[in-house]
Amino acid sequence: MPKDLSIKKVLVIGSGPVVIGQAAEFDYAGTQACRALKEEGIEVVLVNSNPATIMTDKDIADHVYIEPLNMFTMEAIIEKERPDALLPNLGGQIGLNLAMALHEQGVLEKFNVKLLGTSAESIRKAEDRQGFKDTMEAIGQPCITSKVVNTVQDAVDFTNEIGYPVVVRPAYTLGGTGGGIAYDEGMLREICDRGISLSRVSEVLIERCISGWKEIEFEVMRDAADNVITICSMENLDPVGVHTGDSIVVAPTQTLAAKEFEMLRTAALDIISALEIEGGCNCQFALNPESFEYAVIEVNPRVSRSSALASKATGYPIAKVTTKIALGYTLDEIVNAVTGVTSACFEPTVDYCVMKLPRLPFDKFTTAKRTLGTQMKATGEVMAIGSSFANALLKAVRSLELNVHSLRLPKLQALSTKQIWDKLFDVDDERIFVVAEAMRRGITPEEINRITKIDIWFIDRLSTIVKLEKRLAQGLPDEKTLRFAKEVGFADSFIAELCGCTRIDVRELRRKYRIQPVYKKVDTCAGEFDAKTPYYYSTYDTDNESIPTDNDKKVLVLGSGPIRIGQGIEFDYCSVHSVWALRKLGYETIIVNNNPETVSTDFDIADRLYFEPLTPEDVEHIVELEKPCGAVVQFGGQTAIKLAKTLADMGLPILGTSADGVDAAEDRERFDEILNICQIPRAAGRTIFTTEEAIAAANEIGYPVLVRPSYVLGGQGMEIAYNDDNIRDFMKIINLTTQEHPILVDQYLMGLEVEVDGVFDGEDILIPGIMEHIERAGVHSGDSISVYPSLNITEEQKQTILRYTRDLAKHLGVIGLINVQFIIFKGEVYIIEANPRSSRTIPYISKVTGVPIIDLATKVMLGSKLKDLGYGVDLYPEAPNYAVKMPVFSFEKLTDVDTNLGPEMKSTGECLGLADSYSQALLKAFKGANMKVPKKGSRVILTVKDVDKPETVELAKEMLELGMDVYATRGTHAYLTAQGVDVKFVHRLGHGHPNVMDMIQSGVVDMILNTPSRTQRPTADGRIIRRSAVEHSVLCLTSLDTCRAILTARKDGRSEKIVPVDLTTI
Amino acid sequence: MKATLILANGAVFTGESIGSTEDVVFELVFNTSMVGYQELLTDPCYEGQGLLMTYPLIGNYGTNNEDDESDNVWVKGLVIRHLAQRGSNFRCTSTLNDYLIRHGVTGIQDIDTRSITRMLRSEGVMNACITCEESYDLQAILAKLADYKVAGAVERVTSSQISHLEGKGPKVAMVDLGEKFSVIKRLNEKHGCDLTIYPASVKAEELLSGGYEGIVLSNGPGDPSECEAIIAEVKKLYESGLPIFAMGLGHQLVALATGAKTEKLLYGHRGANHPVRDLARNCCIISTQNHGYAVKADTIDPAVAQISHVHVHDNTVEGLRYLTRPVFTIQFQPEMTSSTLKPDHQLVEFIRMIEDNKGGNRNA
Repeated sequence: MPKDLSIKKVLVIGSGPVVIGQAAEFDYAGTQACRALKEEGIEVVLVNSNPATIMTDKDIADHVYIEPLNMFTMEAIIEKERPDALLPNLGGQIGLNLAMALHEQGVLEKFNVKLLGTSAESIRKAEDRQGFKDTMEAIGQPCITSKVVNTVQDAVDFTNEIGYPVVVRPAYTLGGTGGGIAYDEGMLREICDRGISLSRVSEVLIERCISGWKEIEFEVMRDAADNVITICSMENLDPVGVHTGDSIVVAPTQTLAAKEFEMLRTAALDIISALEIEGGCNCQFALNPESFEYAVIEVNPRVSRSSALASKATGYPIAKVTTKIALGYTLDEIVNAVTGVTSACFEPTVDYCVMKLPRLPFDKFTTAKRTLGTQMKATGEVMAIGSSFANALLKAVRSLELNVHSLRLPKLQALSTKQIWDKLFDVDDERIFVVAEAMRRGITPEEINRITKIDIWFIDRLSTIVKLEKRLAQGLPDEKTLRFAKEVGFADSFIAELCGCTRIDVRELRRKYRIQPVYKKVDTCAGEFDAKTPYYYSTYDTDNESIPTDNDKKVLVLGSGPIRIGQGIEFDYCSVHSVWALRKLGYETIIVNNNPETVSTDFDIADRLYFEPLTPEDVEHIVELEKPCGAVVQFGGQTAIKLAKTLADMGLPILGTSADGVDAAEDRERFDEILNICQIPRAAGRTIFTTEEAIAAANEIGYPVLVRPSYVLGGQGMEIAYNDDNIRDFMKIINLTTQEHPILVDQYLMGLEVEVDGVFDGEDILIPGIMEHIERAGVHSGDSISVYPSLNITEEQKQTILRYTRDLAKHLGVIGLINVQFIIFKGEVYIIEANPRSSRTIPYISKVTGVPIIDLATKVMLGSKLKDLGYGVDLYPEAPNYAVKMPVFSFEKLTDVDTNLGPEMKSTGECLGLADSYSQALLKAFKGANMKVPKKGSRVILTVKDVDKPETVELAKEMLELGMDVYATRGTHAYLTAQGVDVKFVHRLGHGHPNVMDMIQSGVVDMILNTPSRTQRPTADGRIIRRSAVEHSVLCLTSLDTCRAILTARKDGRSEKIVPVDLTTI
Repeated sequence: MKATLILANGAVFTGESIGSTEDVVFELVFNTSMVGYQELLTDPCYEGQGLLMTYPLIGNYGTNNEDDESDNVWVKGLVIRHLAQRGSNFRCTSTLNDYLIRHGVTGIQDIDTRSITRMLRSEGVMNACITCEESYDLQAILAKLADYKVAGAVERVTSSQISHLEGKGPKVAMVDLGEKFSVIKRLNEKHGCDLTIYPASVKAEELLSGGYEGIVLSNGPGDPSECEAIIAEVKKLYESGLPIFAMGLGHQLVALATGAKTEKLLYGHRGANHPVRDLARNCCIISTQNHGYAVKADTIDPAVAQISHVHVHDNTVEGLRYLTRPVFTIQFQPEMTSSTLKPDHQLVEFIRMIEDNKGGNRNA
């Protein structure tokens, strides 16, 4: 079937801010889709509230709206742009829900917009719990015994019929938000209560618990002509019960015999045919390990995290093909872009093993429960490709960047065998390490299987690893053992650790024995056809397929690894843009990365793609083979920066700022020296290693102080200490992970925080814009609301910031990017820190100023001068629009993380509000972050710490003026009434009723302002209130500044006057 | 124990011995299926051949007593990347290694199977041997490899006597050129055919006088053009006007019997992911395939037969519909396909053809 020629302009909806359950994979899918549309000559209108995405670039879409994803703005955009069609299945659950709402409310019909791909009816059939069950029943596909309920009592009644335990799944939520397994009535009531409130349609599904069954997924594809294919099968190492996003996933399935495989494959194809999906679709099954019994768990009629993984695992571009199908093509009319000759109508087959590991945020949320269940907690993931299960697993472990290079965790080694045995019962992120440790202690695979229900095949593979560890512990290995260890996937550093030498010793030994990796191609067809795309992974074989060009203009670009708090999608944006800039300049580009969700690991971004861990050893091998003329490390976040020294040691020129410049910025003493030379003031501080030194330093400087490790991202392990006890607590947490670098203790200045990104060419600097943070210093810059252009900075201060940034860049030896954070404290500009690399603000500031920062930085790194690049030098003229970048959190997924803002970053994503006035931009940003701005009649509770009380007076007055119904707890109430502010009284917890909690639970509160005192126990009232607010979807602010901003948005912003802004027109 | 795989082009790969340790010579082919090694090992189509699995992890679910496709293991040599020491599956009764030993199959693991696949892909399938001898005479082996040819394969795999499977449906005779249990089962159990299975040496007269309503020519191994005696019988069957459904080797033999020619493909089609276009319905089928020869499109007399299916990748003939007789044939496996057309719709179609033919006869 030829493509539908009536479609000339298509609207694509993105997935909004990155939250747990919806991360970079939709930028990857959306970007691929937009490129596929443009390939067809179609005009693309893109809407996404997330400014850190590549899809919101002018190069990707023709019209770009970084706007809140809601009905109001969507309708306005549709009315303005009048697209012919809407592509609904590429923007994750958010995009799909919005598309459905637009359809249901008649907006699409009103403006004559065609819904492309899968029909609304089919989407409803797949998404609606009951509708789905009915459809499955009609085609004879077994589902798990279940019932849709809308009340807690119905849930209890039904469960009494089918028996505990049961799984609770709220409808229309992403990442299983609000779900869980209930083992008794108390738990059931609690989970249902939460689930019903989180569900868009107030319904939850109660189903028979089948934990222990195998969890199997199939990615399938169908076109309008009813051709159906399987793209990839996946098996979760963790049996049913752990959300697939948090599971260790292997592709293809490993423990299914042909009969079971064929049975589930046929089921998936029957399902996609019955639902009449057009495009990619994900089917999840549970399979009884003791029989052919299976059940359909879930179907996602859209591209998903799993489809991104399946694409990267097989090389098959699911989003691209889905887009072409939506345009009317049939599978056999689409060319397989990987081979360039075969058709997209075939089933990819692989000749390697693919491993996905989730990246969980417990390194940052040290107090959070590590238990994994039906609610996803991972912020990102890594993928590794290997010739065997063990090899892929060990590569993936290394890729996580958790300071772990093997399946050995020191903290587990310290436990007794009994403790290890007990820990086997815990389903958490460390289970795979516990299983390995159990094997070291001689616990049998059968016993481990009995407890964990992990298939014995997987456990057996781990035993290979454990046995080899023992062999290596006997001393320097012979050639055969060393070769075997490398084949199994052991890192040089781990071999060194086992046999008591250094990584370099092992490397030398390998060189002596000529044990070097070769690279194999990911080609969709297991070698049956010659593939055109240079997408590689390493193995220890003899036949190398990656033949480097003899081009002397080739550059290595390091990616940023898994998405984690503090290092998000922004860095992928930067890496990809750098690759594009280099290619435009005629350079061959080589990218190394291990994140399957990203655009950078799409097969046609760089000239050559290596899907490998980002560790010194793995990168060294690639450099040895490719012999690039230089490497770019500025854009891959801390991940890439950490590798600068390794590359420099190999004699590979680092383009732009040298490894030494990086070190100068991170090394406290060297940095201080440069500040002295440049006469830039900073808060007093010390570098220390031990707790005793830290306490001494803090007392010398004077409390409060900031304590943090150097070489960190996102303020990891950073805290404000008010006394010696705080220091002792923080040092204990910091020292949980090995510290190679010293720890910093700084005086804490509470002022206006300002951030700049600049490009420096050795002589001149260009600063596209100065950003001002709404929250005062003390809140991590990534968690602050950031405003551009700045509101409260004087011209003189701007000039000072310019001078400081330029002088610093010069003395640090920066060539390329520099990000500097300042505090303006009592009119003086102080520096907080400088990073000679890309930052999370680059994508957004590039977009709102129109300065292609990465492009300029890349050119400068290669020797160009800013003066010749057409964007001038010094401060770039301010844009006419205001841009407010708003952090977005995933607290509802992390049930025991405190929501208070502080120096440690907690947000997972961001959105942008763009408008011609500050208040309007602010309003948009709040809406984009899905924060309900309180209005007249809204009920607000104030409960603030003593130091904040004076400032709260103004805020409370303003609330009352805006017609809000304001309550306060005892202390706050007393203070405010004493100041003549007439607020109502509400009890604290445990001091009578109605108290704060009663109000939250009964759903009558719209907003809470709670500023926490720093030294809180997890059981403190404030924490309980904040958590409870999150669980009941009540807006809870922990900073007076955020509160002031939201009142400004209410007072001066006009919801009815929200005008979508096309970024390409400014 | 060390094992060595030697290819006719002189390439030598050293790995570890699995299964039997006896030296074997075979024609080496690769299959890209990711599961189903037990079915492949027992598929008679592999008579005389060595099988390389492109998927690296083999033996994961062991072997069982239910999934054999015939009474023998036909693969002479198994070439894989990693053998699982233990099979994990609720039906598993034996490890793959024990299974190989029990059936006397020589194998090799721990070698770079992808590089061999790439070699076969560009140079074509070639003869090879596995030896466990520490010191071997390479020249002697290469000479032996040069002489090796898969010949007389059908005679070796076909059943020695007639067997009968009772059914309530149409009375069908199958000529066993190397058929698999799964196809037989489907015809008999699923579609109810009253099935009589004959050795490949059966004469047309015997079948034509047996009161059968339809004939099935099965799949099988080897070069179709060497099956001259069978082709002569097939010609008589074709002329008889009795409904015929043929697959794989059977499909090639009907083509040869009606004047077309076959050719050897460079490296054949072996895997579970082969797209076939059904030209009449204009849709695609993902099929399981296992063949090294194909009917040459330009030798088909357009007055005799029409191409009904082609391979989406290389446009080779995958199915023929005969214009003057109730005969249709397919190159791929009928039992494992995916498309909106239900699996084994060809078998359904065959049965319908039988019904129509009966009706036609009655009218006549």
